[in-house]
Amino acid sequence: METSLQAPVIPSPAVKDTVSIRKRIRRSFRQIRMESVFKQTLAIAGLLLVILVLGILLTLITQSIPSIRLLGLKFIWGSTWNPVKDVYGAFPFLLGTLLTSFLALVICIPFSVAIAIFLGEYYPTGWFADVLKNAVELIAAVPSVIYGFWGLAVLVPMVRALEARFGVDQPLGVGIFSASLILSVMIIPYAASLGRQMIRMVPEHLKEAAYGLGATRWEVIRHVVLPGTKSGLFAGILLSLGRALGETMAVTMVIGNSSILPKNLFAPGNTMASVIANEFTEADKTVYLSALIELGLALFLVTVIINIIGKKIIDRFTNE
Amino acid sequence: MVSLGMLSLLSCSGKSHHLIGAGSSFDNPLFSKMFYSYFQSKGMKVNYQSIGSGGGISQLINRTIDFGASDVPMNREQDSLSPARVLHVPVTVSAVVLSYNLPELRDTLRLSPRVLAGLFLGRITQWNDTAIAALNPGVTLPDLPVVIAHRSDGSGTTNIFTSYLSLISADWASGVGRGSSVNWPAGLGGKGNEGVAGLIRQTHGAIGYIELAFAMQNKMAFGKIRNKTGRFITPTIASISAAANIPMPADGKASLADTDAPDGYPISSFSWVLLYKEQDYRHHPREKAVGLLYLLDWMIHEGQHYSSDLYYAPLSPNAVNAGEAILRSATYDGQPILTHHN
Repeated sequence: METSLQAPVIPSPAVKDTVSIRKRIRRSFRQIRMESVFKQTLAIAGLLLVILVLGILLTLITQSIPSIRLLGLKFIWGSTWNPVKDVYGAFPFLLGTLLTSFLALVICIPFSVAIAIFLGEYYPTGWFADVLKNAVELIAAVPSVIYGFWGLAVLVPMVRALEARFGVDQPLGVGIFSASLILSVMIIPYAASLGRQMIRMVPEHLKEAAYGLGATRWEVIRHVVLPGTKSGLFAGILLSLGRALGETMAVTMVIGNSSILPKNLFAPGNTMASVIANEFTEADKTVYLSALIELGLALFLVTVIINIIGKKIIDRFTNE
Repeated sequence: MVSLGMLSLLSCSGKSHHLIGAGSSFDNPLFSKMFYSYFQSKGMKVNYQSIGSGGGISQLINRTIDFGASDVPMNREQDSLSPARVLHVPVTVSAVVLSYNLPELRDTLRLSPRVLAGLFLGRITQWNDTAIAALNPGVTLPDLPVVIAHRSDGSGTTNIFTSYLSLISADWASGVGRGSSVNWPAGLGGKGNEGVAGLIRQTHGAIGYIELAFAMQNKMAFGKIRNKTGRFITPTIASISAAANIPMPADGKASLADTDAPDGYPISSFSWVLLYKEQDYRHHPREKAVGLLYLLDWMIHEGQHYSSDLYYAPLSPNAVNAGEAILRSATYDGQPILTHHN
């Protein structure tokens, strides 16, 4: 079949059959119309998403006005969260969110990079690679409440034993550290699978050239693969950070849910997402509800800021 | 006995209406049983969403449900937000118990209000504190740090417990206060009764508050609390019923915290069903109003038989009478819905 997109077709004098020409013209116009409809659909879908994000932001802002008016900047720096007296300081939760997420990130980096290199470079195919790949994907598919239960039943007693050995004066098991451990397990697949794809995309001839010059496998990974995939690996890690910042259920089950500013990594704490999930349904005062929504706004902004910083860093890496 | 005023087109029972309620998750097991058997005998379906007391109240205020259920009466702000007067019908009685993890103790732990406040304020930090030892003569208390476990989610249970602490301790009232969520001076938070129970089970030396029904069903150890008359009371259905057997105020909003009853358990509370006094409002036909009143009347009478098996205390005759009077005050378009019959 002739599917020429160079429409409209100019009728050549050689073609005598005018009916066929008209048909071709009509089809060309249909193709053009189809093209523009498709383009518009895409544009509308994209625009809707932008409107949705702006709408969420706008709702968060308007709903937090009572709290912003009452507390102003004290909301961010205050360290007391007291719904009874209408004092809302989100600093302990902000700190808890950032601490658990970044600690989880630090713990997850060696594992996710190792998995990415192993699956991307050493064993891209074969039954063991398939098993590992599926296992990693399964980690992402397990509902977070199951991680929470597992954390509470298995991880927390282990952490408690560890704390007792370290001589923490009240070994509780639950706390910032346990939450970070759970989070790190949950975010590994995000970083690992993106990293693996990036490593697979490194041009074969570059690696072959390096091997040809006598490089060992380690040298190829170190000097060819990793430099080429730095931004991809970083993007994967960033994506997983977004997941860690917003994770609620698993965290709330092992973090200890204390509004007191954590003194060390083993102390109980709380995160913004966890506080919202815990207290939202029973917030029985307008200001209280508004303060929780402002907490949501703060979480939104933290995520946006971290994403922007991440993009900047990726840009710098790729422009090198 | 109160029964239905047959003055309206209520007899069109062929129409399948169903009622929607929402609120207290604590009431949910009892309500499920009640509504199931009500459906079996009367054919009226009741859809109850256990979303928490505060959620039930806000849905009632938004008029998206026929009735709400709450462990705590509506507060002043909720009253002012409500478009019309809301009736509180006492429907069951519950208690909050202090559960602990001290396997070395043979006897039941005895606690006084002052010690309880001291523990939750974070002032008593060791189990072998002299204040606890004085209440438990002959018991060897371990040299172990106290770990407080509390609810991390906003809940009616927390409100009942902190209301009690505010009543018996001036320091608690001024420093922490009462509410569905408070600023805990000490301890760990667990989500829901099961979260708190999990913390208690896992942590040697932990103490926390949970609902009686939950503690009984999960066979958890809980302490005796000294009441106003100086007796140490074990929370049981009998001692909660005793606490609830008091003269009722006309609006039904009686507090049972720190009861005067000599055999009463001091941390008990009513649970209420909430409904609008004037049932004639937008999208609320008369049949629904009549069905609702009929249901509630059944719940405070026949429905009470299901309480004890599920570890809820049945209402006292006083409370039933008060509930009846409150139900009779409900109107449709100014006309009473339930009338007196014998």
